[in-house]
Amino acid sequence: MAGFFVRRLMEFIPVVFLVITLTFFLVRLAPGGPFSGEKFVSEEALRQIEAQYNLDAPLFVQYWDYLTDVLRGDLGPSLKRPNRSVTEWIKLKFPVSLELGLYGLFVALFIGLPAGVLAARYQNTWIDRVTMSGATAGICIPNFVLGPLLVLVFAIWLGWLPVALWEKPVDKILPSLTLGVVYAAYIARLSRTAMIEVLSQDFIRTARAKGLSEFQVVFRHALPGALQPVVAFLGPAAAGLLTGSFVVENIFRVPGLGTEFIKAALNRDYTMIMGTVLVFAVLILFFNLLVDLIHAWIDPRLRHD
Amino acid sequence: MRPAIAYHKKCRETQFYDGNTAIMAKMHFNYFVFVVFTILALSYVSCQEADVWSRVNPSVLRVGNGAEPADLDPHLVSGVTEHVILSTLFEGLVNLNARTLQPMPGVAESWELSPDGREYTFHLRHSARWSNGDPVTAEDFAYAWRRILTPSLGSEYAHMLHCIQNARLYNEGKLEDFSQVGVRVLDPHTLRVVLEHPTPYFLSMQIHFTYFPVHRGTIERFGRMDERGTQWTRAGNFVGNGAFQLDRWEPDRILVVKRNPYYWNASMVSLNEIQFYPIDNLNTEELLFRVGRLDLTSTVPLNKVEPYQRNYPEKIHISPYLGTYFYRFNTKRRPFDDVRVRRAFSLAINRDDLVRNVVRAGRAPAFSLTPKGIENYIPPESAPFNPEEARRLLAQAGYPEGVGFPPVEILFNTSEDHRQVAEAIQAMWRENLGIRVGLRNQDWKVYLNSLSTLDYDIARSAWIGDVIDPVNFLECFTSGNGNNRTGFSSPIFDGLIEEARSASSVSERFERLREAEKLLLEEAPIAPLYFYTRVFLMAPNVQGVYPNLLGYIDFKNVFWNVN
Repeated sequence: MAGFFVRRLMEFIPVVFLVITLTFFLVRLAPGGPFSGEKFVSEEALRQIEAQYNLDAPLFVQYWDYLTDVLRGDLGPSLKRPNRSVTEWIKLKFPVSLELGLYGLFVALFIGLPAGVLAARYQNTWIDRVTMSGATAGICIPNFVLGPLLVLVFAIWLGWLPVALWEKPVDKILPSLTLGVVYAAYIARLSRTAMIEVLSQDFIRTARAKGLSEFQVVFRHALPGALQPVVAFLGPAAAGLLTGSFVVENIFRVPGLGTEFIKAALNRDYTMIMGTVLVFAVLILFFNLLVDLIHAWIDPRLRHD
Repeated sequence: MRPAIAYHKKCRETQFYDGNTAIMAKMHFNYFVFVVFTILALSYVSCQEADVWSRVNPSVLRVGNGAEPADLDPHLVSGVTEHVILSTLFEGLVNLNARTLQPMPGVAESWELSPDGREYTFHLRHSARWSNGDPVTAEDFAYAWRRILTPSLGSEYAHMLHCIQNARLYNEGKLEDFSQVGVRVLDPHTLRVVLEHPTPYFLSMQIHFTYFPVHRGTIERFGRMDERGTQWTRAGNFVGNGAFQLDRWEPDRILVVKRNPYYWNASMVSLNEIQFYPIDNLNTEELLFRVGRLDLTSTVPLNKVEPYQRNYPEKIHISPYLGTYFYRFNTKRRPFDDVRVRRAFSLAINRDDLVRNVVRAGRAPAFSLTPKGIENYIPPESAPFNPEEARRLLAQAGYPEGVGFPPVEILFNTSEDHRQVAEAIQAMWRENLGIRVGLRNQDWKVYLNSLSTLDYDIARSAWIGDVIDPVNFLECFTSGNGNNRTGFSSPIFDGLIEEARSASSVSERFERLREAEKLLLEEAPIAPLYFYTRVFLMAPNVQGVYPNLLGYIDFKNVFWNVN
């Protein structure tokens, strides 16, 4: 197991290197620079700013400098929000995205899994139809519609929850719901399908035959088997929850890293783009590794692939 | 269950869960209807009326302020959001009356202007203090202006000071000795400023952040004078001389300023605290206002303007703003290298229709580049909507009824508002000229790049004035100016702007500028479309915010009317 883990970890290095290289050159290929604006900036001023940030050096020199800086843990200053370094911005924003992502994941699991199990257990009844219609709706409604809709109902009409901002615990309910619901819907459908399959197997019939309660049959014997596809889905889902929170962050004014990532790209804030891409790349790799580990733990054959 | 029915039912289930064919299509349609209804419901301002401000703290104002400020260094920022915050944290030599925009004493309690209009002598008040208690002196202003003009700082807005003698040369690195720049410290409380030319708007420029003083000790404690992005602007480090001081700055959450006890006129400041919330989603800002979590917003979503006007007219404020929305023509590229074609396209736009049906929000149709409302300056107007004349000009240029006209496109940066305007104008040109133009939207930075490299036919543009003076708009179109971006070049136009700069009287100056603007409209490298308005929401009991062309709010004089 340890060998498997180390091997997979070694694979990180070339992937991260490739991501840095590709991103570095791709963002420089995009037209426009970080300092262009509606109002013209004089050539002289532009030259001076670029000199301050080492942007006047040849591209390959900049690339080499960036690589060596990254190895030393220095991601450089943000070009558009200069009074903090990229590392500081990430330290400030990433915990918020992580928190939002985790809540989203909780929502996804705590709504999705019971809904899926319930739908499978009561297959073809009204319970099944209602939950699966809900799941289809959850997948179909984009979060830029769902978010304002939840705000309209729970914040404006009912007045139970805040409209936006990220200050008190109660502020975090609607953003987490908005973010998690679509994943809950996927999990519900996945766990339903898997559960139906497991429930029709012989060992379940055996369990029932020996007189176990329905609760024990479903949760002790059937559920572990039904979890496999859900676990496989959790890796990309977790990465998606953390990286794809831009819309939710924007609607609810959550100060997370997703917004930073999009804005950096639109503003051509080169160092910030590099920093956020790096964080997200490592995160995605990490979650994939985590899922592989869980799979390997469940299925020993995978450790020797 | 008969086998056939069972089979049919099974098929239906399979279809349902496999996600294909007719049932799925019907479901998609249902969700589509559902989503459409949701959007309709959301765009309607709900009718609940509760006084959400009844328990408000009358010493605190909560302000929605658009984007997050990039920084609080007055020499490195360039946006409106930073300007709003910085005007609470700093004070220039002169203030403006927010109602009339007339100059009022600031750090300077009085000033004199020499008879030739080129030399100001400011007498600074002895009671002016920084937020750490240090006195504000003439030396602080000289230091600040030297800093912003220092080439190696690379200040993007340093050109605002180019009206000062030799400032441009120093800023461009062609002059190394700052003592030759027209800024003289006569004694700690007397500052003399020598200008290149008489500049009637020099006093009103003093509310612009580029003219604010900075505290030398603080700047140099955290880095070199010309170093960008040091930590001096963080809460705890920051020292300003405004009516408020920086208390807390949590990026993308909140920025709090509190009353500065050292401010020379602190007893007249009503608010103890202003909370600035950076909210760039307009709908979120409006919702926060609606539930009473904001007292003042930066703007209003366009679709909410009319419901507010209808239901809550006391909360919405619309006033003219010093900005013009216009289209540029690329005069270096066929067919817009022909002035007749440019004029035809401009004549074929029905601006009244455009503001009435598309842009709304009280905006006025524009027939000049310079907005109306600049004191003593009445801009010349281009010819009104005239499709017959437009067709005649087009025929003269060799395109009768649009026949043989090359394919051209309107370029705009990605935004629903710009698209709507472009579509309306596209329809007008098709109807009035018989020409089909294409639409091309680009991401902001790509669009800017296309503009400055003249890689477009027609492009959406706007200019927001930094100072209330027509020259700020007109000088953009002098030959080789970085803001020109049309390829337009006319020695006569350049000459008129130069003459206006050195004119001896205000009336002569405005006369030259009028002539220049008239020429610009005849040559038509641009087609003005409409003048901006400033639209915002404000709690009914907030007082002291006045409509003015600059959108300038003097927070010192803002207060809650608790009665």
